[in-house]
Amino acid sequence: MAELDTSGGGKHKGGKVRSKKSSTRVDLTAMVDLAFLLITFFMLTTTLLKPKAMDLAMPDKDDQKTQMPVPASRTMTILLGSSNKIEWYMGEPGKSAPTVDNFGKTGLRKALLDNYDKVKKESGGKEMIVLIKPSDKSNYGNMVNALDELNITNIQIHAIVDITQPEIDELKKQNLY
Amino acid sequence: MPRVKIARKSTATDMTAMCDVAFLLLTFFIMTSKFKADDPVPVAIPAYSKTVVLPEDNIATITIGSGKVFFGVEGVNIRKSMLEEMGHQYNIAFTPAETTMFMTLPTIGVPMGSLKTFLDTDPDKMKEIVQPGIPTDSVSNELFNWIHKAREADKALNNKSLYITIKGNSKEEYPTIGRVIQILQKQKVNKFSLITAQKSPN
Repeated sequence: MAELDTSGGGKHKGGKVRSKKSSTRVDLTAMVDLAFLLITFFMLTTTLLKPKAMDLAMPDKDDQKTQMPVPASRTMTILLGSSNKIEWYMGEPGKSAPTVDNFGKTGLRKALLDNYDKVKKESGGKEMIVLIKPSDKSNYGNMVNALDELNITNIQIHAIVDITQPEIDELKKQNLY
Repeated sequence: MPRVKIARKSTATDMTAMCDVAFLLLTFFIMTSKFKADDPVPVAIPAYSKTVVLPEDNIATITIGSGKVFFGVEGVNIRKSMLEEMGHQYNIAFTPAETTMFMTLPTIGVPMGSLKTFLDTDPDKMKEIVQPGIPTDSVSNELFNWIHKAREADKALNNKSLYITIKGNSKEEYPTIGRVIQILQKQKVNKFSLITAQKSPN
């Protein structure tokens, strides 16, 4: 295959025709090719299959000392409803009109950024607190999506909290429950 | 004048050494690679933009899909002592054969009542059995106990605190996930990880 003929051409002038001595060398090129191909495959699959994860810290329910009162003026509550829709409001429930929104760049992310700036201006530089309340009709992907938006907008103070009955009623009103 | 002849050299290189090294490496990678264990239910994990790589040992995974919950822990020794403790708790004695069988299973999803029969089935037929999932209700408290025993076993054997991860289907309705999180919080596990795929921030 990759071997050149080095015998120097046929110079058989008369004489006996001798049977050729065949070489004992085996051409390993194809075997090496295959071996390296498999090495590449195994190398890639071992490093690529490592599972990735996100860290999630829940508020401690039993420890009353570390629980701080949440100032209503700085909180934004996100209710996760059915069919990938959300509803958010500022402050205490029922006092400000909730907004129905979508996930994504123009929906939740825009609302988060707008509210973040507004809260920071009104409170004199204090951070906004976000509460995520998944309803029974939302799915796990919604929750991860909402957390992802908070991560993208770099809002540090957030928590996942159980939903309350008035909020479920509010979602029902908007046909999201 | 005689012409100076240049000796023609062969272009064939000796590949034996290369072949040896190649196969040595190949053997090494085959031995070290661990194939991903099959999920008992189809799970499409959600995507998140900032992920961390999980450790390979000292880890427990709660798989959630189709309303069922499965539990698995890495390390055969932890599995063994976890099963013993669960046997004590629910008054079930497992034979050595059943314990050995249990140690080979990456995830389990059967209630304690039928675990013994499940472990007695033929390994070939085991894959065909549809596992009903571990009960998450607070009456039998099974998932709570599984996690609790696994954490205790890890503490006793390795003196480490077990890393708990949740692998959930993104279409899974929230109540199932919420119940599992509640169970974790009940035993003061407030920090855990959700297995996610990597996605770009946009």
